[in-house]
Amino acid sequence: MGIKSLKPQTRSTIITYAIVVIAFLAVTVLDGAGLISNSLSGQLVPICAYVSLAVSLNLVVGVSGELSLGHAGFMSVGAFTGVVAAGCLARFGVENELLLFVGAAVVGAIAAGVIGFLVGIPVMRLRGDYLAIVTLAFGEIIKNLLNIFYVGVDDAGLHFSMTDSASLGMNQGVILINGPKGAVGIDKISTFALGILLVLITVAVVLNLMHSRDGRAIMAVRDNRIAAESVGINTTKYRLMAFTVASALAGAAGVLYAMNYSTIVPSQFDFNQSILILVYVVLGGMGNISGSIISAAFLTVLPEVLRPINNYRMLIYAVVLILVMVVPHTKIYQRAADAVRRRFGKGEADDAADEVLATEGGEAHE
Amino acid sequence: MGVEVLTNLINGMSLGSVYAIIALGYTMVYGIAKMLNFAHGDVIMVGAYICFCAVSYLGLPAIAGVALSIVGCTVLGIIVERLAYKPLRNAPSLNVLITAIGVSYFLQNAALLIMGSDPKSFSSIISLPALNLFDGALTISATAVLTIFACVVIMVALTMFTGKTKMGKAMRACSEDRDAAQLMGINVNSTISMVFAIGSGLAAIAGVLMCLAYPTLMPTTGSMPGIKAFTAAVLGGIGSIPGAALGGILLGIIEIFARAYISTQIADAVVFAVLIVILLIRPAGLLGKPVNEKV
Amino acid sequence: MSRLTDFAARRRESTKMVPVPSVSIMPERDLGHAPALECLHLGIDFGGLKAVDDFNITVGKTEICGLIGPNGAGKTTVFNLLTKVYQPTRGTIIVDGQDTAGLDPARVNRLGVARTFQNIRLFNTLTVEENVAVGLHNQHHCGMATSILRLPHHWKSEKLYHERALELLDIFDMSGLADHEAGSLPYGAQRRLEIVRALATNPKLLLLDEPAAGMNPSETAELMENIVKIRDRFQIAIMLIEHDMNLVMNICEGICVLNFGKIIAKGTPEEIQQNDAVIEAYLGKQKGVEA
Repeated sequence: MGIKSLKPQTRSTIITYAIVVIAFLAVTVLDGAGLISNSLSGQLVPICAYVSLAVSLNLVVGVSGELSLGHAGFMSVGAFTGVVAAGCLARFGVENELLLFVGAAVVGAIAAGVIGFLVGIPVMRLRGDYLAIVTLAFGEIIKNLLNIFYVGVDDAGLHFSMTDSASLGMNQGVILINGPKGAVGIDKISTFALGILLVLITVAVVLNLMHSRDGRAIMAVRDNRIAAESVGINTTKYRLMAFTVASALAGAAGVLYAMNYSTIVPSQFDFNQSILILVYVVLGGMGNISGSIISAAFLTVLPEVLRPINNYRMLIYAVVLILVMVVPHTKIYQRAADAVRRRFGKGEADDAADEVLATEGGEAHE
Repeated sequence: MGVEVLTNLINGMSLGSVYAIIALGYTMVYGIAKMLNFAHGDVIMVGAYICFCAVSYLGLPAIAGVALSIVGCTVLGIIVERLAYKPLRNAPSLNVLITAIGVSYFLQNAALLIMGSDPKSFSSIISLPALNLFDGALTISATAVLTIFACVVIMVALTMFTGKTKMGKAMRACSEDRDAAQLMGINVNSTISMVFAIGSGLAAIAGVLMCLAYPTLMPTTGSMPGIKAFTAAVLGGIGSIPGAALGGILLGIIEIFARAYISTQIADAVVFAVLIVILLIRPAGLLGKPVNEKV
Repeated sequence: MSRLTDFAARRRESTKMVPVPSVSIMPERDLGHAPALECLHLGIDFGGLKAVDDFNITVGKTEICGLIGPNGAGKTTVFNLLTKVYQPTRGTIIVDGQDTAGLDPARVNRLGVARTFQNIRLFNTLTVEENVAVGLHNQHHCGMATSILRLPHHWKSEKLYHERALELLDIFDMSGLADHEAGSLPYGAQRRLEIVRALATNPKLLLLDEPAAGMNPSETAELMENIVKIRDRFQIAIMLIEHDMNLVMNICEGICVLNFGKIIAKGTPEEIQQNDAVIEAYLGKQKGVEA
């Protein structure tokens, strides 16, 4: 049985997983052969983190159809709680790195999921651009609050403070989160393999959710809220579900990201970070999971590739971004695309059928 | 205590006036093009740099610097609209949003290349004596007075423009229903260009005024005020001109008071929290009209 | 009984369980005495305008009831009130003996009211089958965690949704279109799909808003047959808004005429055709309407 005989849905699912696995194998082989530069191999874990973030944000923006501008906020909740979790586990004698990472990722995901759920309750009362600005506001609030957050651990357990590190009142403990200085002394336990594993889990969660009873409900609400209500779907519940799941996944990605550095600071997870992830999603296509994977990986690598022309790289990045959005809508491109399609594309019969559908569909909207 | 509150109030109104002027640009562009122009904040930065260069390097008088910066930003606004946004008139709104983000990156990095990353001090440009009231107990900086005054003038002028002139009517018609306006013989493209021109010109003024009060100028100077102004526009009800002014001034006052009486570090958090609370009570902003979907 | 066959919504005690789905499409109903729908003094104001006022109607368990009236009479507004898209200003709506006060559109649907829309509202990017599966949403449950972990219950549910959806689509001979995107269907097929999706929610009262709009005479004739067929097969009440008088007079047992938000006449098709107020308000213009 060839891949073409499968349902389109199954086919795209297989392709999506295949992209991740092949990328993993290719990078491993190239790395073994010493063909990957230092700067690029340093980017491997962040690429995985951004891919997971893009895929999870796509669940909100593409699948559920709500513009969220605060995804980095949930990423940071995951990152910081994950660091705290790993710090505690290490303090109490856990040495296995895999165990530390899994513990941190689970705690980070749960914390980000809970925060996402709590934030989602008010957010889901709003729609459209108002919803977008409120997610932006929550992202900034999370960043600001993390800036005055101090956490330390000693033998007596965890200590919190919201004034300064001295008021933690610890006895020979370790400071895990130090206000604006961020989380310091992180165990750098993230690896590319763990990153790929997280990407696979994220993709599986999102795809499995999409192709299920609840996923259909989420997409139905996106396509037509009033119709979805009319067939008995609790629209708030399903929008909130997508938002919460995406937040939890962003939290896990945040842990992966944080555990790749020795220090992270709250100001890293600002509005610009959220926007960056959104760019990956839009560029990859709404609701298109493999698109998100490719565009996140590509756009994370692009500035690295452009590093030799350091001064101009962000300028070029900006121009690429604008061109990718604008060019498909210019007349020249459309004419060229039409010509190509006529030459190599579908047969005339197909075109005729399309026209019939188009005209009949046109009437429907009148 | 009373004087301190009054000082903060005036500072808040001054900062709020800057937000209001930026928010007017946001809200007008949103009203007519239905797009969130995230590059708007960076136009402020460009405006401030033009004024800075004109005065510091070319030795022009301050007023000429301001005029040059208004002209420069207006032209920039029209060019950006033509090249980046016009081809996307019928594209999904998210594509336009990403393009605007691309423009924002572009402006920031172009400024970085041309002007360098070290902050420029804006203070040398205009120096006016401060106002002393109550035997010196209350000092109001000339900048604050100028800013508030500029905001009031702009508000009045814009209200007159949209209410009384032919172009203003065309603008309102386009923001109500672009297709219908086109059928009535209104040139939608030139109207949209006009709005971008006005919005960018206002951004230039806001840039200069902001840098008078906070005289450090960097390529990223515009981004946070841009976001705050966007917040202000939504707070007032996006698309509404008086709403933008109200939202801007309210936001400025809240921010200054939060800084003074709560904590500098979480002042922004307070601002955004107020926004959330207000939107939950009035989902379409303070002066926005709730839109009901027709079934 | 396994969860697989527990198909009828749990909220409905009056509904009998049917263990094998393939025999009949929907569970047979216990035909009690309560009518499918009762409206008492229903009304809504938009600003100062009484868009609908003092709307009283009773629709029997298996009745086909027409709601007619000139453009702007408030017919669709009545549907929006019945489905709680608009919250009524006054009055009571009782569906199958239960007051719907305070319910939202989704809950009203679960109580047994399904509808189609005048301007078609499909889930355009989903396939035809998925559209129907969304309609079946409350007929069978499968939790989020079960789906994400792909536990056996998920696969059973998916199979069930698939079978049910195809069965329902077969009413209109549409199962061949199951994998098409709903938004790409021709107009007539979109209208039919909306009806199938509404039926999938297992309603007691089906509201059809201009089901024959844009159809040619032969399509309309087929639609008339199908409406009667649906009523007979599912034993449900159907209320329809329609401008095609041929359709209304032929298949409706009761007709309610609305003008300026108020009922001006109620009765059988024969009575309505002879009613002076109706002729004045509506049928007098009929030639103009049909031309």
